[in-house]
Amino acid sequence: MHPTDIRDPGYFHKVVDCQWACPAHTPVPEYIRLIAAGRHADAYMVNWRSNVFPGILGRTCDRPCEPACRRGRVEEGNGEKPEPVAICRLKRVAADLKGDVRARMPKKAARGNGRRIACIGAGPASLTVARDLAPLGYQVTVYDAEAKAGGFMRTQVPRFRLPEPVIDEEVGYVLDLGVEFVGGRRIESMKALLAEGHDAVFVGCGAPRGRDLDLPGRREAAAHIHIGIDWLASVYFGHVERVGRRVLVLGGGNTAMDCCRSARRLGGETVTVVVRSGFDEMKASPWEKEDAMHEGIPILDYRVPLAFEHEDGRLTGMRFQRVRAEYGADGRRSLVPTGEPDELIACDEVLVAVGQENAFPWIERDAGIEFDRWGLPVLDKDTLQSSLPHVLFGGDAAFGPKNIIWAVAHGHEAAVSIDRLLSGEEPRERPAPAVSLVSQKMGIHEWSYDNDISPEERHKVPWAPTEQALRRIDLEVELGFDDATAWREAQRCLNCDVQTVFEDGKCIECDACVDICPMDCISFTANGPEDELRTRLTAPALNLAQDLYVSGPLKTARVMVKDEDVCLHCGLCAERCPTGAWDMRKFLLHTTQAGRSCRDARPEAA
Amino acid sequence: MTWIAKPRLHHPSLSRNAVGYTRRDYEGKVSTLCAGCGHDSISAAIIQACWELDIEPHRVAKLSGIGCSSKTPDYFLGNSHGFNTVHGRMPSVLTGANLANRGLTYLGVSGDGDSASIGMGQFVHAIRRGVDMAYIVENNGVYGLTKGQFSATADQGSVSKRGVANSDAPIDLVGLALQLGATYVARGFSGDKAQLVPLIKGALGHRGVAILDVISPCVAFNNHAGSTKSYDYVREHNDAVNRLDVIEGRAAIAVDYDPGEAIDVVQHDGSVLRLRKLDPDYDPTDRLAAMAYVNLHQARGEVVTGLLHVDPAATDLHGHLGTVATPLNQLGAAELCPGAAALAKINAALR
Repeated sequence: MHPTDIRDPGYFHKVVDCQWACPAHTPVPEYIRLIAAGRHADAYMVNWRSNVFPGILGRTCDRPCEPACRRGRVEEGNGEKPEPVAICRLKRVAADLKGDVRARMPKKAARGNGRRIACIGAGPASLTVARDLAPLGYQVTVYDAEAKAGGFMRTQVPRFRLPEPVIDEEVGYVLDLGVEFVGGRRIESMKALLAEGHDAVFVGCGAPRGRDLDLPGRREAAAHIHIGIDWLASVYFGHVERVGRRVLVLGGGNTAMDCCRSARRLGGETVTVVVRSGFDEMKASPWEKEDAMHEGIPILDYRVPLAFEHEDGRLTGMRFQRVRAEYGADGRRSLVPTGEPDELIACDEVLVAVGQENAFPWIERDAGIEFDRWGLPVLDKDTLQSSLPHVLFGGDAAFGPKNIIWAVAHGHEAAVSIDRLLSGEEPRERPAPAVSLVSQKMGIHEWSYDNDISPEERHKVPWAPTEQALRRIDLEVELGFDDATAWREAQRCLNCDVQTVFEDGKCIECDACVDICPMDCISFTANGPEDELRTRLTAPALNLAQDLYVSGPLKTARVMVKDEDVCLHCGLCAERCPTGAWDMRKFLLHTTQAGRSCRDARPEAA
Repeated sequence: MTWIAKPRLHHPSLSRNAVGYTRRDYEGKVSTLCAGCGHDSISAAIIQACWELDIEPHRVAKLSGIGCSSKTPDYFLGNSHGFNTVHGRMPSVLTGANLANRGLTYLGVSGDGDSASIGMGQFVHAIRRGVDMAYIVENNGVYGLTKGQFSATADQGSVSKRGVANSDAPIDLVGLALQLGATYVARGFSGDKAQLVPLIKGALGHRGVAILDVISPCVAFNNHAGSTKSYDYVREHNDAVNRLDVIEGRAAIAVDYDPGEAIDVVQHDGSVLRLRKLDPDYDPTDRLAAMAYVNLHQARGEVVTGLLHVDPAATDLHGHLGTVATPLNQLGAAELCPGAAALAKINAALR
């Protein structure tokens, strides 16, 4: 193998699994250390810079960081149940305990730069664009059909998961930057909007159409059958206050989980989730499934809906076909009937949460914006520009339904594109991230990070008592970690951003690092091709998703090979290294956001 | 020294040996020696060897004297018996322990100061008596704990860190061991575990005196240009006579080498020492030839390593004394006081 090029920012970024997995590349270990130090406001601001909505995401994020977390791999073979660090809930701790951070927020631009930006929809994508651009002097106007900003975060996420004051606060930080919010106005025509002469238009209107199920009985029993996301909005607006005694929820995504848990609080005594495929293949996050089951909601899988059963216009139940999964030679799964008799499940109301679709009825097809055959806009996937270069898409509106953190990531990228475009620079040239790599050595065996490894298992977030929680739809179920538990959970973080950096010129091949490494990550061996090298290290390097760090040739012509997979970043290799060939250096990567740093020419800040 | 304990977390693929332990179970406390000390590598090699041999930790007694080397038994085999003796007196304490309980595996750990100076008398007599032990000398040529004065094994002409050349003649522990009749004599290098681990395994399995001289660079005081015990010097001058594979008794012995390329030596416990020859003329079972070879090559400035001598017909102190097979500490009053009739018989035989 060739020596690893650690000057490539991607190499060490990938080692910080959580940050790499986060669409917005939030520097997770950095803020977890700040939480452990009791610096909650600082931790909040690190988050706020990257993901704009720490309090909201700390309750609702899909957490792509947690399955990626190294702690989960490290605990394999070491305890009962390997679990990642509770990254998401630590984020919430920073938001809960931060105090007043208003003085830390960017100031409104002293003077405008004369550019006008329109954002359609006041969800996370649009608000991120607004946040990134408004302080630079852009005049940003955000339009939304609802009276209040927040989009789906406000109208579809139920209050028992996300209290409204949290939304008000974090949406407020964005609007306070001098962003104009026009509520209660649905944009009906893209052509008309374009005619208003905005310098750029950002479409962040989400994927607002819930998919329906066109089955026998759908029309006859329509009064008792609802589209999940519409029903959740009706619950938010108070149009729906009760639900039938027996409720069926169709679908296996997070919306289905929100529906069933809401129904449970609105009088649903028997609420059942029914999914077509297997339990493990459900799209809902595992913790959301657990939360639903904890509230006494069974999830029935491998049942394909056949018909709505009704009597005199009244829904009586639903009929399902029992199926099982079969995998063809090409690995593709198909659901085949088991041959068992159809199953009839009695119910009074059905909530259909089987997916969302994009819908752009308000964009005229001759407005100059191309759409593909699935009705999605044709976009440059890096710049998010449509075929009209000054019309950009982000969030669910861009590539179909994803989640809040992806919407935020799109918002940042779109803001960079707009800033470069309107500065006369090529948006397709993407600015490199800002990276620093700083030694953490303070003394012979002293480091400026806590390198002792906590043996504790993941801490559970306390819950409100179920009987109380089920009585009110606006009572938050998760109570959040207290300060002491948050500190202990923060100690589980391995500080993966504190990198093991090896200088081959200093190594005397004494083996001290090999001997001390608790995880057998380090080997000194003859070089070879990667797949062969992986098999003959101190411990086999079988996780191909994780890189090998390979040095240049040493005095004995061998090379140092470090398997990054389960490194604890404890720094013992560096502590036991007599020559300083190993050093622990903190890698901090900030994605480039709109503003001076994203431009080739660096003008004065507005 | 390192202030944090080595985390108990281990690699997910870490496996267990035949007696149910992982390699990590053979570890001790975290080392307080200087970072990069060769002794720490030897500790790691002992851990690896004991794990591979499926030794139960509580069936090992580790004994040492005084010095950097003699601190190391604290850093491996944390669940074994241990005795940190007076300076240079490890061999006699080990001899006593071995006489009292022959059922344990005895591991003596010493250094060049502990063995070649203050303990020289003990060293040579333990070898003469044929005590069944694996005696490891962690040899760095200097007194590390007192800041790097030359020890008795430092080569003449070797230059200290301060630039002063050693004028005294060195003591060669391997040469002494060969001369005094040790039945397993080897030299290793802390920077080459592939060679060292099998040498330790062979020594632990050997019934009789096994002397293992391990060149172990002192990173703090003896790893500079001009030293003859530095990592660079040993790597440049290493003359390995053979490569050892220890094949345990229950494993089937496959012949995968041409005659003349390797020598198999069967030990008492049934294990086989397979020596792959690196020097075609070297026969480690011939003690006198080994002595001549080692002397000749050392005179040329080479560091001869490998299994230098092994006597397949080795015996030990218990054999010489004709003691009973049962460890003495397990004999009860009935065996030790057979009664007046037996005494009368013995007395009659002496009249």
